[in-house]
Amino acid sequence: MEHLVYPTKGLSEEAFAQHQVLFETWQVKAEYAWDTGVAIGKYLDGLKNGRLIGRRCFKCRRVLVPPRMFCESCFRPTDEWVDVQDSGVVKTFSLCYVRWDMTRLKEPEIPAVIDLDGASRGMGIMHKLGEVDPKAVKVGMKVKAVWKPAEQREGSITDIAYFKPI
Amino acid sequence: MGMRRVAVVGAGMTKFVRRAQETGRELAWEAVSKALESCEMSLEQIDCVVMGTAPDAFDGVHMKSEWLSDGAGAWGKPYMRGYVGGGTGVFAPAQGWYHIASGLFDTCLVVCEEKMSPTQPHPQAAFNSIFDNFTERALGPNLLWIFALEMNAYMSRYGLKKEDIAQVAVKNKRNAADHPASLLGDAKITVQDILNSEVMAWPVQRLDVSPVTDGAVALVLASDTVARRVTSKPVWIEGVGWCLDTAYWTNRDLSYPIYVEEAARRAYKMAGVTEPRKQINIAEPYDPFDYKELHHLEGLLLFEKGKAPEATALGVTQRNGDLPVCPSGGLLGVGNPIAAAGLMKIAELFWQLRGEAGRRQVPGDPRRGVAQAWGDLMQVGTVVVMGK
Repeated sequence: MEHLVYPTKGLSEEAFAQHQVLFETWQVKAEYAWDTGVAIGKYLDGLKNGRLIGRRCFKCRRVLVPPRMFCESCFRPTDEWVDVQDSGVVKTFSLCYVRWDMTRLKEPEIPAVIDLDGASRGMGIMHKLGEVDPKAVKVGMKVKAVWKPAEQREGSITDIAYFKPI
Repeated sequence: MGMRRVAVVGAGMTKFVRRAQETGRELAWEAVSKALESCEMSLEQIDCVVMGTAPDAFDGVHMKSEWLSDGAGAWGKPYMRGYVGGGTGVFAPAQGWYHIASGLFDTCLVVCEEKMSPTQPHPQAAFNSIFDNFTERALGPNLLWIFALEMNAYMSRYGLKKEDIAQVAVKNKRNAADHPASLLGDAKITVQDILNSEVMAWPVQRLDVSPVTDGAVALVLASDTVARRVTSKPVWIEGVGWCLDTAYWTNRDLSYPIYVEEAARRAYKMAGVTEPRKQINIAEPYDPFDYKELHHLEGLLLFEKGKAPEATALGVTQRNGDLPVCPSGGLLGVGNPIAAAGLMKIAELFWQLRGEAGRRQVPGDPRRGVAQAWGDLMQVGTVVVMGK
């Protein structure tokens, strides 16, 4: 099948960097004003007030986090607001040494999926871990939210600065 | 089910490279030309075209499949784009299949093109906006986080070591040394090379992951009647399946791709495959990361949960093993131009089942293979079963 492969002209990074080929750059500016909707609006408002809020479905009895106004499993409206705890268990984590633009970090960021206490099992959220030696992080570790001071909270997931081991 | 049989009758591709001088249209044109040449057909004999290509953000061109359409041979023809993120390359041939199986068309050109290199400073930027705009993006995530979190969940669940997983990268990069289109073939690479590579997002190291790639692949599909006129060696699309998991990805069991299992069950049922482990002779699961091959082999029901690493260690998945896996060299070896990489797997099954894979040929006259891809917000499984 060799004859069925077209020998593409590959360019080296160097050729590109030295402008040996003609190229054009273009920058896009994209701005959006997103509506939060009811469930996420309540969730973000909760964060501003130092609370984590879920939503219960009476049919499958799950407590859903992040909250949603309909249950994707039962495909019916969810039924009530539920406060879940700001502690939980590390379900999985990473030690990340690169940013999105592939610049390198000396100290790793530690993203994790955390199963919150009071939510149904498996209802994890993504956040970061802090105040911990990266080498000491383990799956199954108990962690608790470290909140920003109330006056600095703005109704964002970052109102929780990070989760730390307890 | 009252559907017509559909065969793949031709295939062609471009070499996969880190940065191609050719434009996306030109890459598509080269792949299509090779595919038509392979079955001695002309564009006039093509009834319709399906183009698979992943995020518009790679090219910075909105509606990029329309922009690419001339290169795909679509001028003046019924045309549609298939797009399920990384799953696209195995979804596009499923779309081509139903165009013909339904009786609407007799022939279909399936083209997958990807040029990731234009995105600056790095194509990872194109994925920043896949994270939830309210609950995740403010944390400053990058795409590697998701893979690293999933890989760690898989390793933790079954007590796996990095060495257990790195052997997949070694196998595929070695296999790719025999692929004429490969970007990363390396016949001498070792597990130690993988373990010594830069840590990006532990447990993901540089050689655990396939790189940014440009390339294109094209297939010609035909109905039973046309296929038998065109070739004495048609390769039949025996089954297709696809399935989507929830977008709340942190609410899933990250150690097992249930959506791949669901897609596979649909494809196997259509193909009459009741015992995949016995009836599948070659597998081309999606391997953008080494752990994904293992994850997907389990989802495809080819190994028990958590047992794919052990089978790999025993050599079962080598090209001359009991179940050759990614004999092409996969994404880890041939390269990963997203949509094109998936269709490369279908092309590999086509060549393997016809006995035309040259130095990559799997021994023992294989009769049936399965290819699979995965994508969207790591939630879609796309599966195609092919046989001769």
